[in-house]
Amino acid sequence: MTNPFTRRTDAFGVRDVVVEAILGLAGRPGRLALTALVVVLGIGSLVATVGFAQTGARQVQARFDAVTARHGLVKPAADQAQLGAAPPAALPWDAAERATRLNGVTCAGTITKLDPPPGQVTASPVHDPAAAPTRQPQIMTATPGLLDAVRGHLHEGVWIDNFHEQRAERVAVLGVRAARLLGVLRVDNQPAIFIGATSFTVIGVVDQVEYAADLLDAVIVPQSTARATLGLTNPGELHVGVELGAGPILSGQIGLQLSSDNPSGYQVVMPPPMSSTRQQLTADVNSLFLILGFVALAIGGVTIAVVSSMAVMERRGEIGLRRAIGATRGAVAAQFVAESAILGLLGGLVGTAAGTLVVTVWSLARGWTPVLDVRLAVAAAVTGVVVGVVSGLIPASRAASLEPATALQEGT
Amino acid sequence: MSAMTGPTPGEVVIRLSDVSKSFPPNVLAVRGVDLEIRRGDFLSIMGPSGSGKSTLLNLLGLLDVPTIGRYELAGVDTAGLADKARTSLRGRELGFVFQAFHLLARRTVLENVLLGMSYSGVPRGERRDRAVTALNRMGLAHRVGAYPPTLSGGERQRVALARAVAGTPTVLLADEPTGNLDKATSQGVLELLGELNADGLTVVVVTHDHTVARAAGRRHTMDDGRLREAA
Repeated sequence: MTNPFTRRTDAFGVRDVVVEAILGLAGRPGRLALTALVVVLGIGSLVATVGFAQTGARQVQARFDAVTARHGLVKPAADQAQLGAAPPAALPWDAAERATRLNGVTCAGTITKLDPPPGQVTASPVHDPAAAPTRQPQIMTATPGLLDAVRGHLHEGVWIDNFHEQRAERVAVLGVRAARLLGVLRVDNQPAIFIGATSFTVIGVVDQVEYAADLLDAVIVPQSTARATLGLTNPGELHVGVELGAGPILSGQIGLQLSSDNPSGYQVVMPPPMSSTRQQLTADVNSLFLILGFVALAIGGVTIAVVSSMAVMERRGEIGLRRAIGATRGAVAAQFVAESAILGLLGGLVGTAAGTLVVTVWSLARGWTPVLDVRLAVAAAVTGVVVGVVSGLIPASRAASLEPATALQEGT
Repeated sequence: MSAMTGPTPGEVVIRLSDVSKSFPPNVLAVRGVDLEIRRGDFLSIMGPSGSGKSTLLNLLGLLDVPTIGRYELAGVDTAGLADKARTSLRGRELGFVFQAFHLLARRTVLENVLLGMSYSGVPRGERRDRAVTALNRMGLAHRVGAYPPTLSGGERQRVALARAVAGTPTVLLADEPTGNLDKATSQGVLELLGELNADGLTVVVVTHDHTVARAAGRRHTMDDGRLREAA
């Protein structure tokens, strides 16, 4: 009796499965292209939506950083007798200079609201007791670094500089609404205003600030001038410009820098760490877009399943022949799964390229920097294969279950 | 074109003992067939449609299993074989030629012949040479790169023959091999079958054509599921 296995030398292996699958697909290029196109749309929309989300989140983050992540505020702690809480510490007169010496601080300035105001603000020295009372601008003091620290913008003229501060010059910068209230329309002719009986030369008008919005309603005089002539006792708040990411470190340093006796006597508000806000934002946006991408991908998977099932019916003759010439059920199933997997891989690769292209064009059209995780490309291709394999399982099991004699008869 | 190993000349390669096949609800397609086929036999089974000859060929080809009875192929009792072992035995010992050719339309002639050896364990390095040799023998050396739809019926059947014998099977099973061919072309295919048999290949042909049946050394008829040796 012959051993039935003696002549088997090169069994049908993975290489044969892949070759047969590629030949099987290549024999129907039109169908291959159309089926892969659906996967391309699915994977492409997934990659594009994730890309949109990442790029968009990065853009939101950039704006978010620009506004909030670069500003800090220090003021004396609230004067509340809390058990164990440090007593409030006053800001030193040179708080801005001290803060600027810290690494991570780009600019700093103090601001103080004079409350109650030391006198009435008028645009003329004549006091008319019979005149109806008018709305009064606030009076505030500032140091040279404040305008940058609150991201303010001058409408015209100049801001308080070191010269004004050191010599306690009687100059004033007006907030845009205060200027309107006082009827100051231009500063190039050096108009004067009066606080009580003291005259101040208006040197500039501020029309925008991102912090300390009260400034737009105020008459702002140098801190040293207010200390000398308006009875200022100590600075109120310190605004600091912070480098990206320096917030957490500065939170711990700035108190000590301002008062070595009582470093805990301040209320310090610094920007949160960058990473946590960015991840939070990215995750929020992604969860929305991802759902859409997966829906598109699911449609791609169903399409593969439907097309492959139709192919099994069409190729019954071929399946019967393969079984007749020695293909096991497993080999037939493997070929159909491999065909779906290759479809998925092709769709995944082309889809990744298409999605990346869309994100790049979309970003460039807006002048944004396209952001796409490199790992996404690998994940998308793998996802394509997984979708292909899963979609091919049912058609493959149908093909494998065909009886060869029946398949040969029906497939003629 | 002889098998590398397997039964020696004259040895029984197929033995059917009281084999029957029934289909639900109560169709008895093959009834108590006893048959021995020796190596080098050229055997024809003739009968009208519905006589059970195709069912018998499916049983011989391990494409179907007997309801009762015993079938030994190349010394292996097929009754206890699982599907995988049955498939392996089929791929190794049997070659098929069908009336409808069953060529893959989008594969070249050469690729179709190569496919015949994919599952039968022929070493990869030998497949191409064997395919080309088989095609040369069938007079198709000039058509290796052609696609089946561009071939005539006779050429297609010769490609199918090349595919069936390239893997050097022990037995060639042909189901109406000339059913789709004209008389002259049929004659050419029959001559090829005769040559293969002369080289030692065991050939079993199922047909309803007397001319084909007469070409075989052993002639059987099938009627209502019963097999009889013809005079």
